[in-house]
Formats: sequence, structure tokens, C-alpha cells
Amino acid sequence: MGELFQVGMGDYKLAKPPDKLITAGLGSCIGICLLDPKSRIACMSHIMLPCSPNDKPIGNPGKYADSAIIAALDAMKKMGADTDHLVAKIAGGAQMFRFSGNSSIFRIGERNAIAVEENLEKNKIRLLNKDIGGNVGRTIIFDPANGELSIRTIKEGQKVI
Amino acid sequence: MIGVRILKEGWDKISQVQLDVLREVANIGAGNAANALATMLKSKIQISVPRAKIMPFADVPDFMGGAEAHAVAIYFHVSGLVQASILLVMPIEKAAQLVEMLLGTCNASSTGSFTDFEYSALMELGNILSSSYLNALSSFTKMSFKPSPPALAIDMVGSILNTILCQYGEVSEMVLVMEAGFKKDKVDVVGNIFLLPEPETMDNIFTSLGVIV
Repeated sequence: MGELFQVGMGDYKLAKPPDKLITAGLGSCIGICLLDPKSRIACMSHIMLPCSPNDKPIGNPGKYADSAIIAALDAMKKMGADTDHLVAKIAGGAQMFRFSGNSSIFRIGERNAIAVEENLEKNKIRLLNKDIGGNVGRTIIFDPANGELSIRTIKEGQKVI
Repeated sequence: MIGVRILKEGWDKISQVQLDVLREVANIGAGNAANALATMLKSKIQISVPRAKIMPFADVPDFMGGAEAHAVAIYFHVSGLVQASILLVMPIEKAAQLVEMLLGTCNASSTGSFTDFEYSALMELGNILSSSYLNALSSFTKMSFKPSPPALAIDMVGSILNTILCQYGEVSEMVLVMEAGFKKDKVDVVGNIFLLPEPETMDNIFTSLGVIV
């Protein structure tokens, strides 16, 4: 039995079989799971915002879609992964609030999703599957051994992509 | 200029004395909100010992009951001299209980899902609690607080927090959370009220309270 590594908000972590990666309670944030099918090295990031600011220090790169993917690629390469043939699965980007008016913070999930897909394409990472949007919170578990992403929700039950 | 210093040097520049002051602020706000809740429900409401803590984003869900806890959250953005988020979090079965006390019945008690009318009741409850909280703060600090209309979410606590915390993500790695809990009949926890001030506005809060850096 491997371990289950917890990925917190704005963070990213690496794992290899038999370990797995989990992030609990994804709302508007997005869980990006990257996998090198050959070495089975995987990385999960829990990004909060679409793009890092240009005019100030970004702090933890795991917070933003663009910097999180670059940081993940670096870390995976260091661990010995072939980052030219990565595949990805993503989940999250929901809109959690009802009756939310026009405030732009409530549409952050949608903006996150667009940014993640753009940045995957920019880094030539093939997106295999996604479970994006809606208004449900998700807990996701990624298994590097078989590349399966299981998604648990309160409102819509469980599924695997 | 604490706010500026917080942005540059991080939240650890806030002293223990300042945190104590913030705890007292949470106490005053929650006390007034508890009064309003007691009047509405015609029962006795106590508040727990308030907490004020600075923590990384990843720790906030656990502080609010656990990332996967099923809860009702009512959210307000506060603008004016102080920018903040105010959040009322209730376990789903407690929210259903409150609605039942207010309206006589609650669809969610039996089926697990609230009707539109029950949603309105919850948001109104949130409105009254957050307004009484802010009213107390306002007379204490002599500043005005302007809450937005309520927004409501029912799901895992962690997922609800995403949308709120991402506003803080761009300016800081940490967040200041002020908390107090409401208890009915001494033990039965009804819910918690959280105030998350934005770091830029800490100057204004401390200046108005006369706390010298």
C-alpha cells in the first residue's frame, strides 16, 4: 500500500507508484494532474488563479495556472521524468455560489479553466480528459500507476476519468 | 503603515498584542450577532471564545471544519475603508434546523435539499447576522462597513473557500482569520462566523482602534 499525499490550496506535489495524490475540496480552483507514462512520475497542482502578476513577486508558483505548470515541469524533470511526452487530466473550475450577481470573483472558475488549458497547450502537454465547471465541489485522487483520476462529489457521487 | 509592511514582510509582523485586539473585535461583533440570532430564534445563544489567527491558505479549510465537511456558507464582501470577507458557515443539518425554527418546516430536513424560499430565509439570516456583526464593529471603530448582497453556497467547505481565498492569493501567502462560534443551549454548535480582512486595510483597522505598531 502506498501513501496518499495531500496537496493543499496553492501547492503542488510529486508522486510515484504506489503512492497517490489527493486534493480535497476543489471549488473554483483547478487540480492539474501531470503524468509521464514511461517513468510513472506524476505531479498534482491545486491552482487558485489564472495568471501570475508581472509587476510583483509571485510568491509560491503553485498558486497560478501558468507558473504552476512550469514549476511542475521543472520538478518532474529533476525527479527524472521525460517532460516531452506528458499527459494531463484536470478537474475543478466550478462556480460555487448561487445568486451571485455580477461580481467577477464568482466567475474565477471559468477563467481558471481557460488559463489551464491554454498553458497546457503552450507547454505541449496532451490533455487526456477533464471534468470542469458546474457548481459542485470535488475531491480528486490521482493514481500514477494507472493514470486514473477519481472524482468525488457530494451532489453527483463518484466517477473516474 | 502596517498594511504596507504586511505586504512587504508578511503577516508575521503582526504582534501578539494586535492579535489580542483583533480577537476582542471578533468578540464584540459576534456578541452582537448572537443577540440578533437569539431574538430571531427566541432562544439563548452563547458564543465560543473567539480566535484570531494568521495561517497559510492550505490550513483554512481545517480551521473551518474540514475541507470535505458538508456545509452551508453565506458570504458577503465588505467594502469601504476596510475591505474584508465575512463568511457564515453552518453544518448542513444545523442550517436545516435553523430554517425549521424560523419557518416552522424545512424541506431540507427530510430531503436534503432546500427550496428557493428556504434559500431566501438562509440568506436573510446571514444578512442579519453579518449586519449586526459589522454594526458592532462600526460603533467600536467609528468606521463604516458596506457589505455586499449575500451569496450562498452549499457544498464541501474547501470548495467554497476556493472562491473566497483566491482574492487573497494575489497579495499574500497567508490570511488572517477571525472566528467565533454560536452555541444554542450551551453545547449545540449552530455555526461559525468568520471575518477575513484584506492585508492592505489592516492599517485602517489598527489606526481606528488606536493600536500603535
